[in-house]
Amino acid sequence: MIGSLTGYLGRSVIRGIEKIGDATMFGLSTLSLFFARPWQGKHFVMQMYAIGVGSLIIIIITGAFTGMVLALQGYHMLIKVGTESLLGPAVALSIIRELGPVLAALMFVGRAGSSITAEIGIMRVTEQMDALEMMAVNPQARVLLTRIIACVLSLPILVAIFDVVGLFAGYLIGVEMLGVNGGVYMGETIDKIGMVDLWAGWTKSIYFGLLIGVICTYMGLRATPTTEGVAKATTQAVMLCSVMILIIDYIITSFYL
Amino acid sequence: MIKTIGLNQHFGSVKAVDNVDLHIKKGDVTVIMGGSGSGKTTLLRLIAGLTVPTSGSILFAGEDLAKVGRKRLYELRLQVGMVFQYSALLNSLDVYENVSFPLHEHTDLDESVIRTMVTMKLEQVGLRGFENMMPSQLSGGMAKRVAFARALAMDPQVVFFDEPTSGLDPISAGVVSSLIHDTTAKTRMTSVVVTHDVQAGLDIADHVILLWQGQIIAEGKPASIRQSEDPRVQQFIQGRPNGPIPFSRSDTAYIDDLMHKPGYVRMEQ
Repeated sequence: MIGSLTGYLGRSVIRGIEKIGDATMFGLSTLSLFFARPWQGKHFVMQMYAIGVGSLIIIIITGAFTGMVLALQGYHMLIKVGTESLLGPAVALSIIRELGPVLAALMFVGRAGSSITAEIGIMRVTEQMDALEMMAVNPQARVLLTRIIACVLSLPILVAIFDVVGLFAGYLIGVEMLGVNGGVYMGETIDKIGMVDLWAGWTKSIYFGLLIGVICTYMGLRATPTTEGVAKATTQAVMLCSVMILIIDYIITSFYL
Repeated sequence: MIKTIGLNQHFGSVKAVDNVDLHIKKGDVTVIMGGSGSGKTTLLRLIAGLTVPTSGSILFAGEDLAKVGRKRLYELRLQVGMVFQYSALLNSLDVYENVSFPLHEHTDLDESVIRTMVTMKLEQVGLRGFENMMPSQLSGGMAKRVAFARALAMDPQVVFFDEPTSGLDPISAGVVSSLIHDTTAKTRMTSVVVTHDVQAGLDIADHVILLWQGQIIAEGKPASIRQSEDPRVQQFIQGRPNGPIPFSRSDTAYIDDLMHKPGYVRMEQ
């Protein structure tokens, strides 16, 4: 019993390490095609439009409600110790350093990451990847690299939009609804937020974009070529990305403290 | 045109292609036939350069596809077209964009020239006027014909067909078969067709290769295949359920499974 359990755990760990190694090699070999000819510039832009613009609405809604909740919750906590003047920096720091990149990335995984995995999985099932190969078009560069780069470039922009919307929504709730002094709110925010906070958020968004791009394309490419296989790969990609976002968030945060 | 020498493709202990030597002549329609799982699609993928063989050589115009680099492979692929079993049209593009795709990718032709060429290819497959339809709006036969037009877009020397008539009604299958035959005759291209449709295969072939368990068991002109005395060939072309090619693929005896394997209801002998 114990022997078989140990064996199962051992095999699972080995399989996990093999998969991480395979995904890393896949990511590196795909990214190495960035400067390869023919350059995929036009297709990067097309994918950025499909992935980035398609995620805009969900990012704006999430950003707005995150800012509003933070202001509402923060105000009722800070007023107990008479420090409601710090509402602005509290909302801004939470959004810029943590919630902006993490929530935007999680929303991005659900909206764009899942569709990338499903699309690539279906392209495999229906032999579209082989068809590109037979038409002398490298599917790794055309389909996979363009989506990874689009994720890396789109997510920081979406995080910036999330931050701006969240801060504005927090301001509206704090100042217009709860009556915090507008000058104090803005002054304290500008005073307490430094470049390091912006860098922290920006760095996270780039790493998250790369992570989402590589994991989602990898899972789509390695999906079992059946309907069930593609569905399973999509679910696994979203789960894996979500967990990895939280782990990497912790690691990057610890570097920027 | 295409030659394989000692070609092998193994998946673990399964020999999907087992020591195959074949020669596909320029301008011929070569039909590779065999039952399900006989290795014909694997063989087609090997000679199309989509799969790297376990061992052996695939010579395309004198160059070994297993040894050339990706850049050279892509140069050689400009001389090749392929029609996949499920058409493999790019489903985010309409018919015009699918057929013009290779021309946009590999030529600097003016859009008006490309439009003219696409119209000619679509006319050739009887689908002129369907340029704006999406792949999801096409029937199986129409999708195959669009895939055929796309494969012809670059005026290739060789076109590979993977099960071109499978899943089609008899009329659509007949249309696709005659398109393959007529286009090969008119353009002097080389066609390699993988199919288990015996009648269609024998009708359009100049040369037939019959596979079983990854090996060539017969080859020659359709007439010689029809007259072959090999019982495996006769069983296949006549579609007989009983013969040397077994229906069951199990390695173990049925009675052993029922009597001795754990997890079964124990039966008294």
